[in-house]
Amino acid sequence: MTEDAVREYLARYDGPELRLMEVCGSHTAAIAKNGISDMLSPRIRLISGPGCPVCVTPTAYIDRLISLAETPGCAVVTFGDLLRVPGGRGTLQEASGRGGDVRMVYSPFDALVMAEKEPSVTFIMAAVGFETTTPLYALMMEDILEKKLTNLKLLTALKTMPAVIEHLLENGAAVDGFLAPGHVAVVTGSGIFRPLAEKWQMPFAVAGFDGMSLLRAIYVLARARGRGEVFNLYPQVVTEEGSTVAQALTARYFEPGPALWRGLGVVPASGRLLKAELAAYDAGSDGLNDDSGTNEACCCGSVLAGRMSPPDCPLFGRVCTPLTPQGACMVSAEGSCHTYYSYHRR
Amino acid sequence: MCVAMPGRVIRLEGRDAVVDFSGNEVRARCGLVTVVPGDRVLVHAGCILQKVSEEEADGMAALFEELAEDGT
Repeated sequence: MTEDAVREYLARYDGPELRLMEVCGSHTAAIAKNGISDMLSPRIRLISGPGCPVCVTPTAYIDRLISLAETPGCAVVTFGDLLRVPGGRGTLQEASGRGGDVRMVYSPFDALVMAEKEPSVTFIMAAVGFETTTPLYALMMEDILEKKLTNLKLLTALKTMPAVIEHLLENGAAVDGFLAPGHVAVVTGSGIFRPLAEKWQMPFAVAGFDGMSLLRAIYVLARARGRGEVFNLYPQVVTEEGSTVAQALTARYFEPGPALWRGLGVVPASGRLLKAELAAYDAGSDGLNDDSGTNEACCCGSVLAGRMSPPDCPLFGRVCTPLTPQGACMVSAEGSCHTYYSYHRR
Repeated sequence: MCVAMPGRVIRLEGRDAVVDFSGNEVRARCGLVTVVPGDRVLVHAGCILQKVSEEEADGMAALFEELAEDGT
């Protein structure tokens, strides 16, 4: 089937209304950048789900990081997308402005270098992410133990995809199929979505990140409506079983635990926490379940659960913009609100 | 957050690989997958996640044909 035929099918689609959810922030952004929504028939609706790890992280986690950054002798190490996320007590960037020690990195391994160079400082890695990133923190943990570093700890907010998708479906999400996250699937394998597809009798399409890859995945989901199957449309890097090395590393250092997802509540076993025997390397991750203190009118929770489209939030584009974000979804470049605002996605 | 970019391994340096991204050379940690110079790889947050298969997806054309026949 040619690319033109895929595009034409999707533009002219007049079958039953389709609601397809993407659960990957990179997909949310790629759909907007490529103008995918505007290429689809009005009968195909794309809904953004809880696919941005920063966006689903509760305010208590941010507040804990702020406290640590402001503790003498402590430094918080973080990826850039967390810096401007509002907690109940402001943002890490504001804490940095007040003299808190916040260091931005592009890779968790940079924290190892810092910890070795500055043994008098206790570094706290803000370990946020999904299955894609958790193996990196596991590799980091392996290095910490090997180098016997005692001044590098993790504050974890690690989450997993299948558990939250199950939670969404159990709570009545009106969805006919999922664009499954491509880079999560590199680690987990596409097979991880099979039990969900079979149980709920809906298709999952593991997609890549260029425009045509996304269109193909949407085409497959439209054609396979009602079929409990998983389609791997990103076979260049995704296999059925995924990276067994990454999975084994994750299992060596982390164990499942409950996690709070903004808008969805605590989802049992959807988180990954350092194992109990590694408690000395944990900076107090368990139980950071409060998610209050931001603008009360912020609808991030409903947006993340797929119940509301960003432009329907009363704050969207008015008081809440990328320059004045009221919630995490307007901060991260992969947040739904940021994406919809920046690219006029419908 | 799960952003990952494809590049090509130029050389290995200890536990790291130097990866070329359109002319930019970046160090990336090996450890999840064994690579050799010349391999195309997917890099996420300073770590090689996976090798990129050079082969085109043979099954893709067949899948699309099957779906087009089955679909309404």
